Amino acid sequence: MKIAFTSEGTSWDSLIDPRFGRTENIVLFDEESKELTAVDNSAVKNDAHGAGTATAQKIFELKPDVLITGNGPGENAAKALKHIKMRIFVDANDLTVQQAYNNYKSGNLREV
Amino acid sequence: MKEIVVISGKGGTGKTSITASFAMMGGSDVVVADCDVDAADMHLLMQPDFNFSEDFYSGEVAFVDQSNCISCGKCEDVCRFDAISVKKNLYVVDPLSCEGCGYCARVCPTKTIVNQERLAGKWFISKIKTGSIMVHARLGIGADNSGKLVAKVKNEAKEIAMEERKGFILVDGSPGIGCPVVSSLSGANFVVLVTETSVSGLHDLKRVYELVKKFNIKAGCIINKADVNPEKCSEIEQFLKENEIVHLTDLPYNENFTRAMVKGQTIVEYDHGELKELLNDGWEKIKNLVAN
Amino acid sequence: MTNPKPLKIAIASGKGGTGKTTLSTNLAAFIAEQDEVVLVDLDVEEPNSGLFFNGILTHEEDIFKMIPQWDESKCTLCGICPKVCNYHAVIQLGPTILVFPELCHSCYACSELCPVDALPMIPKKTGTLRDFQIEKLHFVESHLDIGEEQAVPLISKTKKYVARKYSHVSITIFDSPPGTSCLVMEATKDADFVILVTEPTPFGLHDLSLAVETMRALKKPFGVVVNRYGIGNDEVIHYCREENISILSKIPNKRKIAELYSSGKLMYRDFPEVKHSLSDILDYCITAVRGGIA
Repeated sequence: MKIAFTSEGTSWDSLIDPRFGRTENIVLFDEESKELTAVDNSAVKNDAHGAGTATAQKIFELKPDVLITGNGPGENAAKALKHIKMRIFVDANDLTVQQAYNNYKSGNLREV
Repeated sequence: MKEIVVISGKGGTGKTSITASFAMMGGSDVVVADCDVDAADMHLLMQPDFNFSEDFYSGEVAFVDQSNCISCGKCEDVCRFDAISVKKNLYVVDPLSCEGCGYCARVCPTKTIVNQERLAGKWFISKIKTGSIMVHARLGIGADNSGKLVAKVKNEAKEIAMEERKGFILVDGSPGIGCPVVSSLSGANFVVLVTETSVSGLHDLKRVYELVKKFNIKAGCIINKADVNPEKCSEIEQFLKENEIVHLTDLPYNENFTRAMVKGQTIVEYDHGELKELLNDGWEKIKNLVAN
Repeated sequence: MTNPKPLKIAIASGKGGTGKTTLSTNLAAFIAEQDEVVLVDLDVEEPNSGLFFNGILTHEEDIFKMIPQWDESKCTLCGICPKVCNYHAVIQLGPTILVFPELCHSCYACSELCPVDALPMIPKKTGTLRDFQIEKLHFVESHLDIGEEQAVPLISKTKKYVARKYSHVSITIFDSPPGTSCLVMEATKDADFVILVTEPTPFGLHDLSLAVETMRALKKPFGVVVNRYGIGNDEVIHYCREENISILSKIPNKRKIAELYSSGKLMYRDFPEVKHSLSDILDYCITAVRGGIA
């Protein structure tokens, strides 16, 4: 499984970015290889319009199986993610990537 | 660190005066973010020092570099916003009409049209009289508040609050129900809805609450000018009950709101009676609610 | 009215809650005592004027904007359309093109730059226009659909409807959205005269000065109405004097007025001085536009 997190930083200790479209980074954890990588999203964050759909496009290209975020994507982004049948878990606000991952594993994050 | 956002669907409900009072009571533990960038007025009560300022760019605008223009007119043909016209044989862009779609630049055969970043305003970090910091901004004329500037102001406030280990971020939120208010709410721990007892007050409260519900954030409500229309007031109370919104406090119609503003003061500095007490109660309730 | 030139007055303010809607509704009702008048609520994100009138619905129509529609059978997935859309309203997810109508500005770039014509433009509903009548008052309002981000096309189409249907009516009043954004520019740009409503307070003054800058950028003749006069201080008055801006009228601050507003009632009938103010404001606008001053 490959898991994507919206995050303010690039490591396990970074906080989850509650925003989807304007997230600072997308952090990816590959459960097989145990590898943690991060993709900078600042170019999209700085777009005046359509940050949500642009980030959704990026998620599509990164091909994770699961997305973990805070507030949840806005309507347009949600529509795009639904189209690619992404599983989305929300309410990870105020958690680090590590804590969010643990909560996800123990079934303590809400799926939308 | 907890983030509290104050919003109201319509203008003139007293939102900014109330937010400024909370900032005053919270003192040095509260970083303030003025995200009401369309009518950014809070600085008038906070004595900011405008210590740091930076230009803010949002969206794009087309620019014709005349040196390579062959006057083919393709740009004018494709523009759907009537933003390109011929003046003295030169093709020029009216930046107020241009929506930055970039179509003209793409069809220009000599590549003499470029899309530039649009200067949309300025943003500031200020020390304020509460002993804390305020992040605020000012939109330029005709600039559109896309939510990006709101996100910027909030983010800077958040970083400062983290670095300095402050307890709260207090956000004066944007009006309406569009993208800016969505950005204001994003990441909040608690939302304070300010309304007034009028037909428009209730109407706009309902509209903005629709949005808050989507975010799954705990909400409380302050009813301002509660005694102006008792009938509307009970309708609002009914609405709060049905939606499990915490009724934080009622404020009476009181011209000390304006008198304080004229002195450049927050209500709690100017008023030492009922208003101050009610606002203090409200703030204590909010702090308790976000702590849990 | 003897002069046939129709008069278009826009009512705007730098911030919300200064009494813009109060002024436009009362002014329209006052004029309608004698003459036919059209009131248009262009605050399409939060239209509130309608709360003050109980008219008969005479017309209702959906308002459309143009958006691209993907024609899968023609598409070669060349990837041009997502690249040319500056608003991320068109994205490509593998073998699919998705269009997000709310984000689209109707610039036509994706549609016309598509080499195989796989994104023809089609109309998409963006809001609803309603037209009411109360005797001599026509009241037109448009509501932007929830989620729709582009208000400008709805404002411009509402104005077109009014221009088409009510060209014979001598006075039209436009209630503009608050602020200084592109929406205000769209709402006020065809007006012959703009009334800026403010309050005599520090917030009022600050927001007024921004609204004045906007009107000067648009090169519009304008004047100021000071609402809730008596509250606050005289700085707004001083500012207008220094900047050579005409003050059309000062509407007094009275708790009773706030009470009438709060229940959605018009106020000028109960306050002779307000009626007087409305008459002054109207005369000023007529002279300013038809007499060529301002």
